[in-house]
Formats: sequence, C-alpha cells, structure tokens
Amino acid sequence: MNTDQKNLPNGSSDGVAIRCQKLSRFLGEGEGRVHVLREVTFEATRGTVTAIVGPSGCGKSTLLYLLGLLDRPEGGEIWIGGRNLAQADDELRTAVRNEHIGFVFQFHFLLPEFSALENVMLPMQKLGRLSRSAMQERANKLLGSVGLGEKAHRLATQLSGGEQQRVAIARALANQPSIILADEPTGNLDVKNSAVVFDLLTRLAKENGQAIVLVTHNPEIANKCDSVRPMRDGVFVGKEGS
Amino acid sequence: MQTTLRIALRFLLAKRRAMMMSLTGIAFGVGFIILTQAITAGFQAFFIQTILGADGAIRVADKNQLTEVSIEAEPVKDGKKGPSVSVKVESDRKYIEGVVEPRLQIEAIRRIPEVVGISEVVRGNITIQSATREESAQVFGINVDNHLAVSDLGKQIVFGSVSDLRASSSAVMLGTELANRLKIRLGDSVLIAYGGQSIRYRVAALYETGVRDIDRIRIYMQLEESRILLKRPFGATFLQVSLHDPQRAPEVAKVIESITEHRAASWQEREKVWLAVFAFFRILAAITVSTIIVVSGLGMFNTLAMIVMEKTKEIAILRSMGFTRRDIAMTFMLQGALVLMAGLFLGFVLGALCTLVTENVPITIRGIFTTDHVVVAWEFSHYVLAGIMAAVVVAVASWFPARRAARMEPAEIIRGASQ
Repeated sequence: MNTDQKNLPNGSSDGVAIRCQKLSRFLGEGEGRVHVLREVTFEATRGTVTAIVGPSGCGKSTLLYLLGLLDRPEGGEIWIGGRNLAQADDELRTAVRNEHIGFVFQFHFLLPEFSALENVMLPMQKLGRLSRSAMQERANKLLGSVGLGEKAHRLATQLSGGEQQRVAIARALANQPSIILADEPTGNLDVKNSAVVFDLLTRLAKENGQAIVLVTHNPEIANKCDSVRPMRDGVFVGKEGS
Repeated sequence: MQTTLRIALRFLLAKRRAMMMSLTGIAFGVGFIILTQAITAGFQAFFIQTILGADGAIRVADKNQLTEVSIEAEPVKDGKKGPSVSVKVESDRKYIEGVVEPRLQIEAIRRIPEVVGISEVVRGNITIQSATREESAQVFGINVDNHLAVSDLGKQIVFGSVSDLRASSSAVMLGTELANRLKIRLGDSVLIAYGGQSIRYRVAALYETGVRDIDRIRIYMQLEESRILLKRPFGATFLQVSLHDPQRAPEVAKVIESITEHRAASWQEREKVWLAVFAFFRILAAITVSTIIVVSGLGMFNTLAMIVMEKTKEIAILRSMGFTRRDIAMTFMLQGALVLMAGLFLGFVLGALCTLVTENVPITIRGIFTTDHVVVAWEFSHYVLAGIMAAVVVAVASWFPARRAARMEPAEIIRGASQ
C-alpha cells in the first residue's frame, strides 16, 4: 500500500465510494499502442449518478473497467473502501468486486442455463454471507422491484432484451454494493425500455445510497444524471456539469 | 464449491450430446481394461497355480561347487612364503549334480518358518513299454505323503487312487497324456527299462496336471522303489519345497541356498519366460484398450475447449461478479470430474458384467495348463488401475481448457463483446 495513504483522500471518506487519481492506460502493442487514458482523476459519491460521456474511443469504457478492477492501469491509484487497489493482487481485487461493485453492461451477460432468480443469486452465493433461503428471498425481492417477480423462474433465454437487462440490474444490486458501474446499460434497448431501465437503476441505487457511474452515448440519459463528465482523447474536458 | 459445481453441471448439460460421447468412451475404455486385465490375470494366476501344484514353490537341486582359495597372510619376504589362509569361495558356474545328504538338507530347510512341506525326489530317464508301444519318460521317485504336501498331485488324479500308489511298491502313476500314447488303462501293466534292466509295474492311478510336458513325461513311484530301479541308493535329484506364501519364494530360496549350499530355484525364476509372456500380454492389452480412453479424452478436450470458447462472456461476467480465476478453472475441472465419475461408474459396472459373462465362455486350452472355460481373476486392483488411467486422461483433457478459461481477462472479453 502507498505510504502516502494517510495524506490522500480515499474512497471511504466524505461519502466518496470510489476515487481514482492520475490513471493511465495504454492499449495495443507496438506501433498500434494508444495512450487511452492520460492521468485521469475522478471520484463518485454515494447516492449520486455520474454520467461519463464522449465519442467512441475516448476512453470512457476503459476508465469504467479500471474503476471496476477488471483491468489494471499502467499508472495511478484506485481507492475503494480505504484501499488503493490499482495494483493489488488478483484475489483481493476479485473479492472487492464481489462485495463492493455491481456491473451492468450493454449486453446483459446473463447465464442462459440459469433462471432469472438463479442469475441474481450467483453473486450472493459467491459472497456466501446469507443462507440459501435468505438469498432466495432477497433475489425474489430484487426481481420484484425490477418488475419481474412473476418471471423469476424463467430461464434467461425466455426473457425479452429489456427484461434480461432488468435481471442484470437486479444481479448488480444483489450484494448491496457501494458502487454500480454501468457501461451503456441502455445501448441495446429501445427508447421505452431505455427509460424503464435507467429509471430503475437510478431509483434503486439512490434508495440504497449507492454511487452510480454510467457510461453513455445517449444525451437524454446523460441529462437525467446528477453530474456529467465529458471525455475526449483520454482526459476529462470542460467543467463538471449537472 | 457448491455454486461452482452447479455452474459446471449446467454448462455440461448444455453440451450433453458431445459429453455423452466422451462419457461412453470412458465407460467402454474402463470396462474393457477391467475385462482384459481380469482375463490375462486370470490365466496367469491359473498358470501359477498349475505350476505350483506340479513343481512346488522352490526346487532345491545341485550342490554348489566350492572352490578352495589360498590367500597369503603375509607378503613374500626374502623369497620365503609366509603363512596363508585357505577359504572356500562359492562358484556360480560349477555344481555337483543332485542333492547331497538330502535328509540333513531337509532337516535344515524345515527350520525355515515359511516352509510348509519338503519332498525328496529321485528322478531318472527311463523307457516305458506297454503291450503295443514304447515311450521315453522320466521316473519320479517320491515319498507319497511328503509329495502330496508340496503339490496338488492328490487333486490331479483322474483315475485310480493315491492310496494304491502308497500301498504297493510295484504301483506307478502315469500322466493321462503318456497313458494315451501308450494306449493303456488303469490296472494295466507296463515295463520300465533302465540301464539294461526291466521291471514290470501296475498302473495304479492316472493324473492330469494340465501341463502337457508333465503329463506325457512323469511317472510317479515310491521313492525306495525308484532307488532300486535307477540304482541310486543315496542322494536325491532335487527337493521340492512348498511355502505358506509362494510369493516369497525368491527370498526363501536365497535363505535355502545360504543354509544348504545347494542351488535353490524359486517358481518365479523357473518360469520367468512364461511369466514374462503373461506380463507382456497384460501390458499390451492395457495399452491397446487404453487408447479408447485416450480417444475419449481427446473428445472431452475438444468439447471443453469448445465450451470455453462459447462461454467467454459468461466467464467474463462471473469474473466481474467476484468469481476468482480458481473458481473458473474449477468449473471446467469439475465438468471433467463429473464425466469421469459417471464414466467410471458405468465402466465398473460394464467391466464387472463383461467379466461375469466371459467367465462362463467355453474355451479349450491344453498345453501349459488345462481349462475348458475362460479363466478370470476378480481383483480390486484392476478397477483401481482402470480408474487411475481414466482419471489421468480426463485430468489432462480438462486442465488445458480450464487453464485457458482461468487466464481470460474479463475486460478484454467485455470490450470485445461491446464493440
């Protein structure tokens, strides 16, 4: 851990759920190597929805994956729960993902062999804090809150695109994470479903005091967020808007 | 673990047709390994039982020729020889034929705890003549009761009785093969000639060891009568020794050699050519049949590799929700383990059933032993061997796809899927 930790603001104070400082990331190799993120600093506080917007290839998703500990930066720090996890070992980063971070991707990525209920239960089963019956109860409650209580036992393949994305939201909320990271969560949905999914995500997260970081191309969605951070060429540009 | 197992099972069921092929291959491979091992081990055990029943665990014959060697105690000084010590050194090449002082040797050997019985045998080449034919054969002079303790001769009698041999010095016991050649029956008389002298004997019993070379050569008679016939009042040709545990024959033979200064050959040494043949066939059968398992393993490797390719998104999402690389690897190893367990269960049942059926298949074998049906051995070790072979193949077939799945980087997969 960094020796300057005491002097640095970290993810556990002032309602800040996640904070990164001077994150750098290159992608590709040789002549195709691109500097995707250039010392980006960012933080998200509990109970707020932050939208990251910008053209394709500006580094939005890369930043999201780094914040979600799915990828490692070449430089910089990522603070979650009072720990700098940028270069932590894989086991710790995986455990933090399980407990503190919920993901919603553009494609739902549900396990097609499992029912909606079982998909929502998976993160809880990995965390192993609740009994099986308590997990079932919570999963049913979450599915009810996304309007899928009646379809809890349907296989993922038996649900529509919008329903599958709602299951993915319920799954992201399963372990009551402090951070929800959403990468174009409405990118694959029609206008009606996009509005439903976004409203659900923001309502449930705000109810639970979770920080939501959202990557989107949709200006309507971005305008509904608490703050908007435009990105270009691997850096945030302009002032934070709301 | 329970969650990982559930995921493994669901992934597996999604590819049930491909996995059924692998499972069937493993079941057949395991079953056939068990069957071939049961047959080869069965015949080997039957052969060993036959030779132990005929020739015992150890045969003691030929006294070692000890060579006396003089060693100078002091170096030569001023052309004068110093005192010398003379020691007897055992030579591997020279033997005095037969057993010297057999009774003393028997006394010594009897003290070895592993020894069950010892039979003194006098053997000589003779000519036997019936009313119609003449054959060359060997007389084995035995003390009937002692020899019954070191062989299965009592069980090998097919006509007549051993008590007749015990009761009369003019009684002989012939192998069925020799009796057929001479065209004689129980109670017929034969003329045995040795060294220009012929004596008439009555056939008191016919035996069949199943070993053709024994059944057409050996003629058993009382020990004292053989000494008269062969003109050998002293000594013995060999001592036949039986043991509590015939498997320990090589080490007991060494002890006997050191005690008696006679050459002692264990059954393993005497029959090493045949034992090598049986071992060769067992290994050959195991290798041949194991190819079925190897091919099934390749099929399983392909199927698991295909699942890894098809499930990259699922692997990424599992990793994103907190499943470790080890959990992911375990998911694929468990798929292999599930197929292995089902394959082993079916293979064990198939192997046992095939062995049971094969045991009753009629087959006539004469020569090195005699049997009218397939001989099988029911040994737990065959099931363990088949299980280990299948487990190794499945572990290798599962490990590579599992490692590949575990090494996947979720960000790369998600980035690729979103573009």
